[in-house]
Amino acid sequence: MKLSRIIANTGEWLSGSGPHDQIVVSSRVRLARNLKGKPFPGWAKKAERVAVLEEIRGAVEGLPEMSESFSEKLEDLSPLEKQVLVERHLISREHAAKGAGSAVVMNTAQTLSFMINEEDHLRMQAIRAGLQLDEVYKMINQTDTELEDSLDFAFHNDLGYLTACPTNVGTGMRASAMMHLPGLVMSEQVNKIINSVNKIGLAVRGLHGEGTEAMGNLFQVSNQTTLGEAEEEIIGRLNRVIAQILEHEQNARQILLQQRAETLLDQIGRAYGILCHAHSITSKEALNLLSFIKMGVDLGLFPSKCRLQVDELFIETQPAHLQKGLHAVKLGADERDSLRAALIRAKLKQMPEPEIGKIPTNGNSGSTTTSDTTKPSEES
Amino acid sequence: MFCDVCHSKEATVFLTQIVEGKMQKVNLCEGCSKEKGVNDPTGFALADLLLGLGAAQEIEKNPSGVRCPVCGFSQTDFKKTGRLGCSACYDTFAEGLSGMLKNMHRGVIHSGKVPAKLAAARRRGQELAVLQADLDKAVREEHFEEAATLRDKIRRLEIEGEQEAAAAGKPVAPSVNRVAELTTGEAEPIVPKPRKKS
Repeated sequence: MKLSRIIANTGEWLSGSGPHDQIVVSSRVRLARNLKGKPFPGWAKKAERVAVLEEIRGAVEGLPEMSESFSEKLEDLSPLEKQVLVERHLISREHAAKGAGSAVVMNTAQTLSFMINEEDHLRMQAIRAGLQLDEVYKMINQTDTELEDSLDFAFHNDLGYLTACPTNVGTGMRASAMMHLPGLVMSEQVNKIINSVNKIGLAVRGLHGEGTEAMGNLFQVSNQTTLGEAEEEIIGRLNRVIAQILEHEQNARQILLQQRAETLLDQIGRAYGILCHAHSITSKEALNLLSFIKMGVDLGLFPSKCRLQVDELFIETQPAHLQKGLHAVKLGADERDSLRAALIRAKLKQMPEPEIGKIPTNGNSGSTTTSDTTKPSEES
Repeated sequence: MFCDVCHSKEATVFLTQIVEGKMQKVNLCEGCSKEKGVNDPTGFALADLLLGLGAAQEIEKNPSGVRCPVCGFSQTDFKKTGRLGCSACYDTFAEGLSGMLKNMHRGVIHSGKVPAKLAAARRRGQELAVLQADLDKAVREEHFEEAATLRDKIRRLEIEGEQEAAAAGKPVAPSVNRVAELTTGEAEPIVPKPRKKS
């Protein structure tokens, strides 16, 4: 199957739905595995990497859930195609930089993807819309169990699954949720949350993981530690913290509505104005403004049927996505900025102006508690 | 008490920090505390110190020049990349890694998923370790009847393991034979004389 056919459709995690999907954009679990007795990709010679690639690729393509799939060596993908996959969170930035001896395999729904010879021999992930880490783990765990039949994974009696980096040893699992937190950002509480989450051994990061900026008020919450706890315990801990952040975000929005409704409406209105009339816009500015539109949909200022359109813009305005339909040469930044502005203008034209009268001034949804404790505790 | 970093000078700076409800203590000498920036309480996090220190110092404990016999990776390579060369490196550099893993994770023993193929062997290994410890104790305390029962149990488990390994077409791990040697040699005398049932 061709990549162009796969990327013509938005992935299930973006177009689908799941619990709390207004605030929790997606849930993702990835497992790192290595083959027994083979050097890790970063230390292996090219011939060894190629041998590992062939062995794993065969096993992955043979999985029943991968009967309809896309599979390609990294060297056979164009830089633009790799970047599209990064923007969809189907491969990592590190993997996109790999050449010969690495490959990517994914299913058509884009819920399962496999990176072969990234930092580890195999990194497989499942991703879905909304908050459903348990279901996503179940999915990837089953895939892992199926792969065990044909592949011998490096496993240590005390240390569990062995990985190239000691930070992943044990379960080899990284579970994360992408959260949209404009309320906490506007009320300047988000740093407090990040700090307290970091203190309990979980991490909050920007849009594309480690070392990336938080754009569009999107944050990734994930586990830091992988050894000493079972997968279910890690996910349980993560779920409790995510539920608390979710509640804080809902509360922050309620408080903004009650105490700073004018500011809130001003921000959403300005975002709408700029996006409707801009002729050149960077992806960072676009994401930050789209975040307000997204919140506007959550608050009922825009019809809910516009939700998918807005969510899609978050991805469609990313640099590689903008150019994916064009077979021409790579665009410069200026050309991208005007193309992006045109795309947004066209999409927002189909959306009505924000209905200011519709703003709910007292809590109509979610919790109305005004607790300002921002420290997610381990318990409860 | 010696400094936790240089292990040579007397510790004069004592730090205690509560991380995730667990108390962590670090004792440092004057020189090392300055070097690690401990005197500046605002910019200092014990965990950072521990982690940074763990990565560099712990690996240094391993005398330089040691290479992984399987893949040829050295600790200098590890310092450079922060990644290991192959799965055997975890055993080669076990000593240096253990402190690091302790600081990095919530525990040092994996308690999650085990590949189905290995689950039975792993459980048997754990059972064997317990039985072996009991056996040693029984022999030491001269409870020979108990020792014989334990030895039989160990033998049964080992045979089970050998059969499974044979079925899977794999050689038996050498460590499993430890008890067998013991029973053919000095352990023979512990076999109790058959008792008459009364």
